Order: sequence, then structure tokens, then C-alpha cells
Amino acid sequence: MIEVEGISRHFGSILALKDVSFRVEKGEVVGFLGPNGAGKTTMMRILTCFIPPSSGVAKVGGLDVTRHSLEVRRKIGYFLERVALYPDMRVFPFLRFAGELKGIGRAGLKKAIYEAMEICGLEQVRNRVINNLSKGYRQRVGLAQALLNRPEVLVLDEPTIGLDPAQVSEIRRVIKGLSGERTVILSSHILSEVSMICSKVIIMDKGRVIAVDTPQNLSALLQKRLSTYVQIEGHPETVMEELKNVTGVFKVESEEKVSDTILRYRVESQKGTDFCGELNALAFRNQWILREIKTAEMTLEEIFFKVVAKEGKS
Amino acid sequence: MNFWPIFKKEVRSYFMSASTHVVLTIFLVLSGFFFYTNMAWFEKTNVTGSASIVSGLWLYYFNDLRFLLIFVLPLLTMRLLAEEKKLGTIELITTYPVRDTEILAGKYLACMTVFLVMLAGTFVNVVLVGLIWDFSEIAPIMTGYLGIFLLGCALIACGVFVSSLTDNQIVAATGTMGLFILFWFLTWNEAMGSDELIRVLIRLSLFDRVFDFLEGKINSKDIVFFILFTGFFLFLTLRSLGSRAWKGLK
Repeated sequence: MIEVEGISRHFGSILALKDVSFRVEKGEVVGFLGPNGAGKTTMMRILTCFIPPSSGVAKVGGLDVTRHSLEVRRKIGYFLERVALYPDMRVFPFLRFAGELKGIGRAGLKKAIYEAMEICGLEQVRNRVINNLSKGYRQRVGLAQALLNRPEVLVLDEPTIGLDPAQVSEIRRVIKGLSGERTVILSSHILSEVSMICSKVIIMDKGRVIAVDTPQNLSALLQKRLSTYVQIEGHPETVMEELKNVTGVFKVESEEKVSDTILRYRVESQKGTDFCGELNALAFRNQWILREIKTAEMTLEEIFFKVVAKEGKS
Repeated sequence: MNFWPIFKKEVRSYFMSASTHVVLTIFLVLSGFFFYTNMAWFEKTNVTGSASIVSGLWLYYFNDLRFLLIFVLPLLTMRLLAEEKKLGTIELITTYPVRDTEILAGKYLACMTVFLVMLAGTFVNVVLVGLIWDFSEIAPIMTGYLGIFLLGCALIACGVFVSSLTDNQIVAATGTMGLFILFWFLTWNEAMGSDELIRVLIRLSLFDRVFDFLEGKINSKDIVFFILFTGFFLFLTLRSLGSRAWKGLK
């Protein structure tokens, strides 16, 4: 359904997208994951024909976004990150305006609007002025205009950002319900959300695609890490050296200096290796005093960002 | 051409916004004031009672209207594209299956509609004069309005172009006003250039072209000029809309 090959885009001297390639099959729900500035929004803007790529080819439904812009736009429903709406319009007239521009004939227009409003829970506010709506409702209006008339492809840029937890789960439920019949691309920087909704995840950072995989595989890969916080009284350089040499340890960082000889370290190690056991043996050998040992499961977000940072440097 | 939804929305938006009503009021008050002063002047100078009302009253009145447009039209055109850029809705509508030409057509025609409503408000003066005087010399008045209308078409096209260049309405308004004043004064400076230059500039003059209309003459060259001028700036606006894709975006 969506084929992207070698897409690059620069804004002046800034390269926002570097040689991005991926495919999305019909009916898939794909998540773009990445920190701010990764290029997710730029990629979506290219797919929705808002801006052209600097190089490369992007096709939606077999149609090139630069050559068949109008036809491509007919297939797409786009939810903007910025949730741009007309503040002085009321909800129903706005959706009617959007529907007319999308080319929905008069016959089916009302039905399409009611359907979209029902999915997004907007019946209560159909006559409210958009400016007077809460952020959550405005976001729902933005989603409703994207959903109008069941477009083949939905491009949702950060659809749950800024919503309260109840609204977030509501929107996620809605998106999940759309999968199968429609192709959905959404972007987020919350890994857990993406794992919940998407069948495939594309991780981006600094304009590049870093990984493409199913959420399950990615989580499994990333959850093999463990974080341990230790407060050790001992000569700092020796401690760091020795800790790094323990099998299964990825990284040692000193977090806090309690005193000249007492430092708080953070150690990332592989799950399954007995770091604590090794630590005790080390401490005994070197006559360190262990003042605190605390293990913490790395949150998915923390892991994700470390992986992204590591991949970025390599 | 699918400009109708944009046109409808824009007209509604114009008449629902306070600023439009303020601008319309200012225009009608000032034009009414000009009419009054011109009428008083005419009455004073019409000692014999046989002076031509066209050259004695309407000429001056249309001249004043012409001048008023410089300040009023930018206030109408400033929001056309600048507001969309500021709100971010430019990204919304340009990702809908609608062409840039359709967006432009809808907005331009909406502004023209407001302009026509504005002009229509001045017809009351025509009716008043007709009732007190007579309607015999209606033709020059009609051509006068035609001239003003064509001028308005051209100026609004200019205004929508400037509006497309910025996301700040104030900048759009002042820029447009500045441009209009430049056009106004372009042919006034006989001392500044050579004779040939002045002759060329006069051909390009915008505001001066309305004079013949005010005297009751409709010249095809003037009509063509206004159409070309309008078309030129609408073309530039389309280029400007298209170029947003190439420049940096927030």
C-alpha cells in the first residue's frame, strides 16, 4: 500500500530525512517511533503531499506522491500533530466543510459526518465552537476529520499526545479498531503505546530508519537489560575498572558523588547474569563497602532511548 | 472547480468576524462623509444651477473612493492566507484533495464578495441623488462603479499575494498598503526620470486608469490591463503557495 524508497529531505542545510526506505502492506497498523526531531512528521508530510521529498520515491496505493498528488490525497486521512482547526467554526459545520473538500457527495456527507462523530465521541459537542473545546475534544475533532468517509490510508501524527489517560486509551481503542480494514501509520514517542496498537514498528532517529520489527521482538530484545544502582565505598577508578570487567556488564556510570571515596554508580547488565553475586565477590576481594544495592527494571522508554543513542553514535 | 466549500466558509468567516464589520463601517462612514463634503462643494459651486453633476460631484466622489480603497482593501485581504499559515490550517487544507487554484479562487471570490457588499452600501448615495436630482446621467455613474470595481479586483489580487507571503496579518496589511501607495505614486514623479521612463510608467499605472471610467468611457485597453494585472498577481500567489513546499517549514 505504501512504498517508500530512498527518501531524503533537507531544509536548507538541515537534513531531516536520510535515505529512508520502508513498506507498509494494506491493512497494517505501523508505528513510527523516535525522539523529537527524528523525522517522523517530515516523513508523514511527504506521504500526505504537503511537502515533496528532496530525493527518492514515495508511493501510496501505487501512485507517486509528487506526480499524482491529488489522487493520493483522496486516499488519505491525515491527523496533524499540530491539530490545526478553524477556531471560529463549530464542530459539525467544520466537518461538513472538510467532507465537502474531500469530495464526499451531498448524499453521503451527513452519514459520513455522523459516523466519524460517533467513532470519536463528538455527538455532545457537535454545535460547540471549536475554540471553546478542551484540548482532548479538539484532538477528537482532528481525528474525526481524518476519519471522514473511511479513507484507505490513515496518517496519524502523535494522535494521543497531550490527552488525559482516559482519552488516550479511548483513542487507542479507536485506532486499534480501525486496523484490518484500513492501513494506518501513526507516530509516537511512547513505545508502550506503539506496542499496544501496531503490528510493525519503524524506529527512526536523526532522519534515519534504525530498526523495523514487530513490537514483541523489539521489547524482548530491549528487556534483556537490567539496571543496578550501587553505592560503593572504594577507590573510584578501581571500582569503575573492576565493575566494567564483570561479565554481562554493558555500561558503568557514576551517578552521584557522596564523598571522595563513596560514589553512587549505575550499572547496566544483561539479565540472566548474576551481577549481584559477582559484585559481592568483587567487594570482598577489593575490600569495598557496599552501602546500597538497588535493582531497577529499565523502563521501555529508557531502554529505547539508550538504544537509539547507541545506534546514532555507531 | 471545487472552490465552493472554501468560498462559502470564507464568506461566512468574513461576516462573522468583528474586524470585517469594523472595516465595512469605517469605509461606509468615510465614503459617506466624502459624499457629503463633495455634495456640499458641488452645491456651493453650482451657483448657476447648470453645472454637470457628473464632473462636479461624481468625479470627485469616485476619486475619493479610489483613495479610500488603498487603506481599506488591505484590511480585508490581510487575513486570506496569512491566517491559514498562522493557524497551521494551510497544512490541513492543502493535504485535502483540493487544488491550490481552487483554494485561491474560493478565497479571492470571497474577498470580492465582501468588496461588492461594501460598494453596494454606497449605492444609497446614487439613489439619494437620483431622487433629489434625476436619474438621467446614470451611465457615467455606472461606468464609474465599473472602474472602481475593476480597480478593486486588481488591488485584492495584489493583497492576496502579499497575504500569502507572511503568517502575520499586520505585516500583510502594511505591506499591501505600502505596495498600493507605491503604485499610486509611481507616475507622480515627473522630475525623477527621463521622459521615456515616465511614458512607460504611465502605461503601467494602476490608479490613474480609473479616470476614463469616471468620465463615462470604457476603454478595452483599460479592461485588459486590469485583467492582466489581476491575473499576474493571482499567478504570483499560486507560485507563492507552491513554494511553501520548498522553503523550510516549522
